[in-house]
Amino acid sequence: MDANSPADSSRQMPPHAFSGPSGHHASVGPSHDRPIAGAGLPEKISVRNLDFFYDGYRALKSVTLPLYDRHVTAFIGPSGCGKSTLLRILNRMYDLYPKQVATGEVLLDGVNILSPKQDLNLLRARVGMVFQKPTPFPMSIYDNIAFGVRLYEKLSRADMDERVEFSLRRAALWDEVKDKLRQNGMSLSGGQQQRLCIARAIAVKPSVLLLDEPTSALDPISTAKCEELIDELRSDYCIAIVTHNMQQAARISNFTAFMYLGELIEFGNTEEIFTNPAKEKTSEYITGRFG
Amino acid sequence: MTEIALALTDQASTARRARNQRLQDAVFRNATLAFALLVLLILGGVTVSLIDGALPALRTFGFGFVTAEVWNPVSENFGALAPIYGTLVTSIIAMAVGIPVSFGIALFITEMCPAWLKRPLGVAIELLAGIPSIIYGIWGLFVFAPFMQSTIQPFLIATLGQIPGIGNLFMGPPYGIGVLTAGLILGIMVLPFITSITRDVFETVPPMVRESAYGLGATTWEVVWNVVLPYTRTGVVGGVMLGLGRALGETMAVTFVIGNAHRISSSIMAPGTTISASIANEFTEAVGDVYTSSLVALGLILFVITFAVLSIAKLMLLRLQRKAGV
Repeated sequence: MDANSPADSSRQMPPHAFSGPSGHHASVGPSHDRPIAGAGLPEKISVRNLDFFYDGYRALKSVTLPLYDRHVTAFIGPSGCGKSTLLRILNRMYDLYPKQVATGEVLLDGVNILSPKQDLNLLRARVGMVFQKPTPFPMSIYDNIAFGVRLYEKLSRADMDERVEFSLRRAALWDEVKDKLRQNGMSLSGGQQQRLCIARAIAVKPSVLLLDEPTSALDPISTAKCEELIDELRSDYCIAIVTHNMQQAARISNFTAFMYLGELIEFGNTEEIFTNPAKEKTSEYITGRFG
Repeated sequence: MTEIALALTDQASTARRARNQRLQDAVFRNATLAFALLVLLILGGVTVSLIDGALPALRTFGFGFVTAEVWNPVSENFGALAPIYGTLVTSIIAMAVGIPVSFGIALFITEMCPAWLKRPLGVAIELLAGIPSIIYGIWGLFVFAPFMQSTIQPFLIATLGQIPGIGNLFMGPPYGIGVLTAGLILGIMVLPFITSITRDVFETVPPMVRESAYGLGATTWEVVWNVVLPYTRTGVVGGVMLGLGRALGETMAVTFVIGNAHRISSSIMAPGTTISASIANEFTEAVGDVYTSSLVALGLILFVITFAVLSIAKLMLLRLQRKAGV
């Protein structure tokens, strides 16, 4: 890939080029007695009547929920309930694989990203993702960060240095790696690698961050650092996190969605979900009676 | 009392069993060690007999053997430059054709191929690898060479041949057979080897790493070039070297289509020869010590070239790894 080719400039994203009407107010929500949690907040992503099929098997059943800007939403539920599937729809990662189909609507800033006209690469540049295990690329720490940036922006050397430092600082990794930016990203410890992946996701300036069990492979100290980091990032991004760790969901999320067998059972303020859930199933799950 | 006796015999049998196991273990260890040493022994034996067989020729011609182009059985004057040149040039052509196509196939299979096509393609490649080289040889001589002569070579002469400089490579009459034809056939022959190895190593990239790159908005090409290839470079270089080793040593198919002329032409369409083709062609008619010894010396040179290629590959990998800082 040649960063200086003219073709690249056509892919540069003008800032806010895609910001559609931002004030979608929650109107459709899961059917329960309380008013929709967070109603009135700007909806960054609106999932509406979403179904998902793996080769004919219905893995998500008519899921409807909002993801609010500058808030953290946690997806909880037993294994196989569809929470990771839901996350992978939000950046259309499922598109890499044949025989996976999503129907319904997912609006990002008011635009349906499930539309076949949606440019996948642009979408994924706007919706960053971090995975269960750290996935550093086989290149230097610096290049790990610069890789995504170079795909969409042509920065001068100094600007790129600045962006790398900004991202690493934001991911609370700068002080640990500033003297070894030329070292391979794979030489870092697991926790550092995961923060490198978060920095890499931030570097392309996305507006949404998807975290798929980001701390499941980390030790407690690294986990704590990552959670601190997520708390900090809340002020700038719309964050969706899948987690098996209920304390983690309670600690870091503003809203929680409990899913079971492909259905969204309950969506609400995290505090409410954990202290006073509306649904029997939710209460059984969070108290550890199944799952 | 009987219980104690039982326990004692028990202990004795346990000790015996342990001793037996130790003995078996020692036999097993020494047997595997012997097999491993056999490799070194064979390698050493081949090297020694090659050097021993080549000595008469090397003593007669000295270092000039490697730099002289002449190959005259009548006057018993031999030089290895033409076969060395032919070996290297055919291998370079083979790699120039084989590597990009193999990578393309492997990447298509791992990254883009629809599921229904994956298996048939994989099987086809294995089958291609299984075709004996003699079949490539007769196919090359009776089908491919006439096609080269009637279509491709006239076209090359009319187009690339007219360009000053590189035009020299594509000059002369279209013989059909020659260095270019041999190189292309070799390219087809190494294709399945490089393809199947690179495909296997491309598949070792964890899906999550791949998805991370796609997740940043990279296109398939960017993912392949920046993530998949660096991730698998050891395996990829290994696959390429295996192909190169095959191209350097391939005998039968090359002998059929290269023209077997001991000369170096500026045009890659002219007939030439390679080390292995020369040996295969001439060992029956080699009379006299110097002639025979010269052929063995050719073999020694091929051995050295192959060894050098492998060493360079290892060094390259070391450099790459150091650069990557692992």
